Amino acid sequence: MYDIKALYEAESVEHAVQLRQEHPEAQILAGGSDVLVQIREGRRAGCEFISIYMLDELRGISIDEEENIRIGSLTSFSHITKDPIIQKYINVLGEAVDMVGGPQIRAIGTIGGNTCNGVTSADSASTLMAWDAIIELTGANGVRRVPIQDFYIKAKVVDIKPDEIQTAILIPKKSYEKCFGHYIKYSMRNALDIATTGCSVNVVLSDDKKSFERVRVGYGVASPIPVRATTAEEFIKGKEITEENIKKFAETVLQDINPRDSWRAGRALRRHISVVMAERALKECIELAGGEING
Amino acid sequence: MSNKYIGQAVKRLDARDKAMGRIRYTDDMCDKGALVIRVLHSTVANGIVKSIDTAEAEKVPGVVKVFTCFDLEEKHYYPTAGHPWSTDPAHQDIADRLIMTDRPLFYGDDIGAVVAENEVAASQALSILEKAVVYEELPFVLDAQEAMEEGAPLLHEKYPNNVLGHSEIHMGNVEEAIKEPGLTKVEGWYETQPVQHCHIENFICYAYGEGDRTVIVSSTQIPHIVRRVVGQATGMDWGKFRIIKPYVGGGFGNKQDVLYEPLTAWISMQLGGRLVKLDVPREETFICNRIRHAIKYHITSWMRPDGSFAARTFKAWCNNGAYSSHCHAIAAKGLNAFPQLYPCDNFDGETWTIYTNRSVAGAMRGYGMPQASYAFECHTEDCANAMGMDPMEFRRKNLMPVGYYHAFSKNELYSDSFNQCFDKGAEIIGYYDKVEKYKNQTGDIRRGIAVSTYWYNTAVYPIALETSSCRIVMNQDGSVQFQLGETEIGQGADTVAAQMIADTVGIPLNMVHPMSCQDTDITPFGTGVYASRGTYTLGFSIKQTSMLLKEKILEAAHQFTRMPVFNLDIVDGMIIRKTDGRELMTIGELALSKLYTTDGSQHLTAESTYQIKSNAYSFGCCFAEVEVDIPMCRVRLLNIVNVHDCGQVINPMLAEGQVHGGQSMGIGYALSEKLMWDAKTGRPLNNNLLDYKMSSFMDHPRLNAAFVENYEPTSAYGTKGLGEPPVCPVAPAIRNAIGQATGLYINELPLSPHTLFREFTDAGLINDSFAE
Repeated sequence: MYDIKALYEAESVEHAVQLRQEHPEAQILAGGSDVLVQIREGRRAGCEFISIYMLDELRGISIDEEENIRIGSLTSFSHITKDPIIQKYINVLGEAVDMVGGPQIRAIGTIGGNTCNGVTSADSASTLMAWDAIIELTGANGVRRVPIQDFYIKAKVVDIKPDEIQTAILIPKKSYEKCFGHYIKYSMRNALDIATTGCSVNVVLSDDKKSFERVRVGYGVASPIPVRATTAEEFIKGKEITEENIKKFAETVLQDINPRDSWRAGRALRRHISVVMAERALKECIELAGGEING
Repeated sequence: MSNKYIGQAVKRLDARDKAMGRIRYTDDMCDKGALVIRVLHSTVANGIVKSIDTAEAEKVPGVVKVFTCFDLEEKHYYPTAGHPWSTDPAHQDIADRLIMTDRPLFYGDDIGAVVAENEVAASQALSILEKAVVYEELPFVLDAQEAMEEGAPLLHEKYPNNVLGHSEIHMGNVEEAIKEPGLTKVEGWYETQPVQHCHIENFICYAYGEGDRTVIVSSTQIPHIVRRVVGQATGMDWGKFRIIKPYVGGGFGNKQDVLYEPLTAWISMQLGGRLVKLDVPREETFICNRIRHAIKYHITSWMRPDGSFAARTFKAWCNNGAYSSHCHAIAAKGLNAFPQLYPCDNFDGETWTIYTNRSVAGAMRGYGMPQASYAFECHTEDCANAMGMDPMEFRRKNLMPVGYYHAFSKNELYSDSFNQCFDKGAEIIGYYDKVEKYKNQTGDIRRGIAVSTYWYNTAVYPIALETSSCRIVMNQDGSVQFQLGETEIGQGADTVAAQMIADTVGIPLNMVHPMSCQDTDITPFGTGVYASRGTYTLGFSIKQTSMLLKEKILEAAHQFTRMPVFNLDIVDGMIIRKTDGRELMTIGELALSKLYTTDGSQHLTAESTYQIKSNAYSFGCCFAEVEVDIPMCRVRLLNIVNVHDCGQVINPMLAEGQVHGGQSMGIGYALSEKLMWDAKTGRPLNNNLLDYKMSSFMDHPRLNAAFVENYEPTSAYGTKGLGEPPVCPVAPAIRNAIGQATGLYINELPLSPHTLFREFTDAGLINDSFAE
């Protein structure tokens, strides 16, 4: 039994926008795997909800006319993992969301919910950050696109206007072309856990596969919101693929992350693991891209 | 009697119903109109409740009644442990608990309750009430050794320095023995953490009035004990309560305590016998039921050059939390086990059980032995390493020898169980090859292998009463129902009992039906299941009762066959003439004839009690193979093999299931599980299944179980304890394997990334130039 004041079922995106305007106090409910837990905990007890879960138009993955990968916001984690477009162009995202919770959670949980929740530990978030995803929001005035870096405002707060819902996540072609990524989730058990910290790296190697044309690295649980380690990215851009450069890159990530010290895990451990993950994820990407260290 | 079913992997009798969702647990049986109880828990770790303003909470629509500690007119202090009652007051458990208290001793103590028409109203009222309590806060103490210091907050006035119990064992003369020249001394501190049982079905019970009595349906291991304790807690005659125990979704010792049955029954009585239900949320199960004791050990050994022990000392401090629960029994068990596992002529041992302002520790699978085995087997490994001996050979040399006899328990080691278990496990896992291969590794990722052992008592004789009762009733077709005080809690007790009856009476297994749900109005008296006693103790009453029934059947058969009883037997449900093997009539024909005969009609039934005055050593070992990723501070368990000598295995499939369960619990204990409290407030930090890192299926390798079957001579069916033992040797085996891999032998649990990061950093295996 859940303490829910009212539930409004949206029948279309336009209807959802209308409900948002009619019920400004109401919160958005998608798969519910986070929200129902929060109702039970009392954090969202007694609230009104607008359910968008029945909006099938927000499900599925396609390549749009601009050649973006378009992921409907209600696409479940298990569908993302098994999708051929994801597997072909951005397999790391499928792998990352396959580490969320357990099979039941992955069947109900949605990527839109994962991002709109605004938490730093979301398994999709560091990868979407690292692939410069674009968030598509639909409101009374039509569609608005926001780079994911701007979408996250602060812990648990994202840029959704009172009349909006998130309708899609886009990965631009220039982001996924020739790009290979790897995600490491560091958690205390191998299933049903939230990341203690997580790191998603992707690379585009030079045509001769001797140097890094572009490296991007995103972190979860290394700051209040998912972040990019841009100093490390800048450092390694154009550099040769050497053990030394990889090590330097890994240590440089510390300039951009600021993990917290809590009873869940100490700052020193999180910093240490962040560096180890950066090195290992980058090496995995190099291998996926067909490069060779010190080759 | 011949064994047709004993020793066979027959399917659990309830497997089909469980798979089909037809099994009815407590909540399934409760009428949906039940009022819902939620308990108001203390939000201070030590204090006095000055007042609780219930006015606002009572206004919440759907709230029926709010009770507070001030509504308890009579204070009946009661014990909670599921121990058999002792008629000797000196041996009774400490009665230090109240249904609700105005003197909360831990964060989560029970100070009131809300009764509402539904869960939402109850939780709304509860959150209002939490803010309406006025406390006088008192200083609190969470650490056991600090609690013993002068000036520490005192929890119970009758127990100075918070010492609930203390015991000692002295043998020989340690002081003299250590003067022997050439001794090597090894000394260590070993520390274990508090963990919780995490059974799937949280504790739940409901109560209602019937006539002038109260019926309580409860998810418990110990229905007859619950009846006694509810009587004590309410100050009423024990017979005023009837306890019904449906199928149980796991207990692991947490449900060997009386939990909220007294509160629920009391509330029902306050409301004129209305049906009230208390379904404890998981968060409260973690901190308001029972947990495993955290125990700190100090062990010293002096060894001769040949690796034998000259003298040993042992001290242990056992953190019991705020109430007595199982009193000193768990600490005492560890101390008593120590000098028996590796006997040594000169020994000084001492142990304390200490009250602290933490959640109450009670029984949990292994009853202090997972903790003790960790300390024993870490220390044994350290001793072997100090002597430069192979750890397994060192153990073989020093372990309890064949023929060892313990005067108090009258336990005897009849067979070479330890060596047989070691040999079998070593072969399965490839111990000798791997132990060589993994020596002196370098690099970031290293592997290790190790073994550890344990011994475990099967039942509670001679410390407490051991009794078992059984009733078997035959139907018209010769099939039977049976009832036992030993409860089915998922372990398979009903199935092994049925196998025993089928073989002893001589009828097919499909004619033997357990009456699984104990009901104190109907079921013969029994104390439930705990201490890994079930298969051992129920065996006695089953054999005795089955033989009584068989005797009656054969007497009846005489009436219809004219043959003398001494020439008759029952084989496969057939009355046979032993002299020529001729089948005279089926058991069904016999039962029908006897019931409906106009010449001496009788329903065939037997019932008896057997008081058990023996106990049995149960043995085993665990081999663990690990891979340690040093930079990632992670341990991957590659391989685990447990070998147990639990005597005759009644059902290999169920026995294997017990081992798998124990291994799983041991893996979490070794690597990830730990309940934590905030040092500043005494508030529990991780009382939920996300933040409490119980290991998952994905953290387990294939779980391997093997058995050495030395028939136990004291036992009715050659069997001895297996329920708890499998968890005992797992954590030390993993710790020792990590030690072999890295050279670091870590003396605390869990060996989580947090612990490993600190240890690896201290040892220089991790050297972060960027460390702050």
